[in-house]
Amino acid sequence: MGSPHAIEFKNISKRFGRKVANNNISFSMERGEILSLLGENGSGKTTLMNMLAGIYYPDEGEIFINGEPVQIRSPKDAYAYNIGMVHQHFKLVDVFTAAENISLGESGKLDRDAIAKRINEIKAKYGFIIDPNKKIYEMSVSEKQTVEIVKVLYRGADVLILDEPTAVLTPQEIEHLFTVLRAMKADGKSIIIITHKLNEVMEISDEVAVLNHGEFTGKVRTCDTNPQKLTEMMVGHKVELSIRRPEPVNPQPRLTVENLTVRNHEGVNKVHHVSFTAYGGEILGIAGIAGSGQKELLEAIAGLQQISIIEGSIMYTPEGKKPSELVGKSPMQIRQSGVALAFVPEDRLGMGLVGSMGMRGNMMLRTWQHGHSLFVNRREPNELAEHIKKELDVSTPDIMYPVRRLSGGNVQKVLVGREIASAPSVLMSAYAVRGLDINTSYTIYNLMTQQKERGVAVIYVGEDLDVLLELCDRILVLCDGHVSGIVDARTADKNEIGILMTSIGGVGAGKEGSTNA
Amino acid sequence: MNALVLLIYNAVLNGAPLMYGTMGEVLTEKSGNLNLGVEGMMYMGGAIGLGAAFYYEKAAGAGASGAAAVLIALVFAFLAGAFGAAIYSWITISLRANQNVTGLALSIFGTGVGQFIGEYMRVREGGYVAISNELKLFFQNSPFPAALRSIPIVGQLLFSYNIFVYIAIIIAVIMAYFLNKSRTGLHLRAVGESPATADAAGIDIEKYKYLATIIGGGISAIGGMVYIMTIAGCVWNHDGLAGEGWLAVALVIFCLWKPIGAIWGAALFGALMIMYVRVQIPFVPDQIYKILPYVVTVIVLIAVSLRSKRENEPPASLGLSYFREDR
Repeated sequence: MGSPHAIEFKNISKRFGRKVANNNISFSMERGEILSLLGENGSGKTTLMNMLAGIYYPDEGEIFINGEPVQIRSPKDAYAYNIGMVHQHFKLVDVFTAAENISLGESGKLDRDAIAKRINEIKAKYGFIIDPNKKIYEMSVSEKQTVEIVKVLYRGADVLILDEPTAVLTPQEIEHLFTVLRAMKADGKSIIIITHKLNEVMEISDEVAVLNHGEFTGKVRTCDTNPQKLTEMMVGHKVELSIRRPEPVNPQPRLTVENLTVRNHEGVNKVHHVSFTAYGGEILGIAGIAGSGQKELLEAIAGLQQISIIEGSIMYTPEGKKPSELVGKSPMQIRQSGVALAFVPEDRLGMGLVGSMGMRGNMMLRTWQHGHSLFVNRREPNELAEHIKKELDVSTPDIMYPVRRLSGGNVQKVLVGREIASAPSVLMSAYAVRGLDINTSYTIYNLMTQQKERGVAVIYVGEDLDVLLELCDRILVLCDGHVSGIVDARTADKNEIGILMTSIGGVGAGKEGSTNA
Repeated sequence: MNALVLLIYNAVLNGAPLMYGTMGEVLTEKSGNLNLGVEGMMYMGGAIGLGAAFYYEKAAGAGASGAAAVLIALVFAFLAGAFGAAIYSWITISLRANQNVTGLALSIFGTGVGQFIGEYMRVREGGYVAISNELKLFFQNSPFPAALRSIPIVGQLLFSYNIFVYIAIIIAVIMAYFLNKSRTGLHLRAVGESPATADAAGIDIEKYKYLATIIGGGISAIGGMVYIMTIAGCVWNHDGLAGEGWLAVALVIFCLWKPIGAIWGAALFGALMIMYVRVQIPFVPDQIYKILPYVVTVIVLIAVSLRSKRENEPPASLGLSYFREDR
């Protein structure tokens, strides 16, 4: 090669206590290219990039920029080398405006007009859409991301690192993001995208570098590879990229929701007159644009929205027993009767898990009230934790290690694993695979299918329409809190669901039972 | 009418120590440090401020200048508070200890130091530490000429306070401008809201936290000196300034972390503190009046959380320590 590499890692290692996050990683990237950094959860992608951005400092190894060895000791140093990173958890001050956030860290007088002018130049150059005077807490996720990217460009970055930029975006927003990225690439910027969505890797990147359990497994040109090969590099062995979908056996009504209306904290009705039936032995998918009432619906069933159920009934029929009303029962009563909710919120540690406790302690959250002894039973949760660790391949030093320190995907495995282990007869899961790598996602899908075969009524709220169509038996489409339609997942197509998602009723059909699988 | 003017006048006078205590703590909390040691720092400021003025006069003798005495008392009180806050900063920022525990410890430490110095001076100087009446006038009288002060109503309401009230207002205006309009103020607020964001933007977090906490502690401590030199009559006594520091911490919440709000809030708290003298209602004991500031704080807290406007909330990372490589 004539010109030096834009960035080169040489024998980089980083350890956190006993955990080796990166082990002897060496690779390079060129100017004006888009590189995808691919790897499973906990494979050390973010750690490696954090070293480039000055958040962490490598224990061993060297980083070269344009052929020169550099020491990046702080984010400030990173900016000095024109490196900027958009973190997965946005680093923005909520009570500041976009412009204030973007210009944060600059020295000199605070000249708001000059800042706005420069932001507008960047906007025009790459096609961003933002309002510099809007406060961050008023923004949607995609607007916040735009602010982050503009911030990095404003600081003059030539190398942009994006940590899972598409995880929280809608398909349209992803499309727009990619357009912007291509414009930046054309402008000579080097872009590194951390991701595990293979279709996006194939679409946007020039090269792919793959990490596996903290080790570098290779770098290939995107045009010379395919998703199957990449998955093998990432996981280290062959993976079947299809979801098994057995026919439902003897479906019995398990959960009948009748005319349910739910109001949220702000006094807005989020779920309007929703009626549906979930059958044992099938997976009912719930599709809808983010914020269409999915969360409120599930929380109402789990009893978390007690006070705000305006009207309607939720009848639960355990196997071989009489139906009973769930509205008015406490969350604990509902859970004990066999309705489990594995809800994976945007903030994974916010609901369901206690960050500073280990896996065992988190297992105990579900079992502490068992038995009549004065002391809690530690053996049961211990065994469960060990079981989940082995079964779902949770990457943690031991089951006492605080879950807060695990990578996002591993946290999710602990959460979903625990809910499934309680042997529910209705299992609700929302965004169970959000942010998970492909291998783990398929593990989760298989777990869902196993539960279905056990006769469990599975309710699965998902974002990826392709997966919903492959995994579920029926799909309920929500639009603005209304049931827009319930379709058969075996015969429906993406467009049909897309239309139902955006307009209530879509084609006017879509009453309960119109398509019984 | 006259009773009302008199009430307002006395309210502002009584609120003046709180103005300093509160503004100092506002600055500290804007950096994300919750320093509960205000009471301790005000004690140190009170004892050392008084001592500085007293020994200055003793050294200078008859030629002692009032203006110099005021300045010396201000500087020493500030240094005393800054010293306390520096200990707090080192323990919480560099060593990352728990801020609540450290703040409470500083309160106990500062109260002890203040009491010790005050009592030691009192015993050594023959049971009584007080500056001369001529110098007292500089601490307690208005800096404005009689012509302005004698304007009816307006004169009393605007021009007849002691110099510390006016200094407090100037500091409040400067602080408000600094926090809302300047680049440094923006950076300081970013540190208090989200240190990780500020760090990623290349802001030196430790520097901001240290400076804001130390300067804030100094300003708070001036409040103690103002209390001793004006309300307590330039004399050290056993009770010192019981509770002023805690009231200042409550007032920070009351004024929603805004320096100008600290001025109004302190005047209101001052009014509540002297109500039992000025507005007496038969059969209501004094103690009921004395809890009014705290009752008002609780009511304001409830009202503010009901409105839940993001700008009125405390700095988001208040009370948390920051370590870049923490996961």
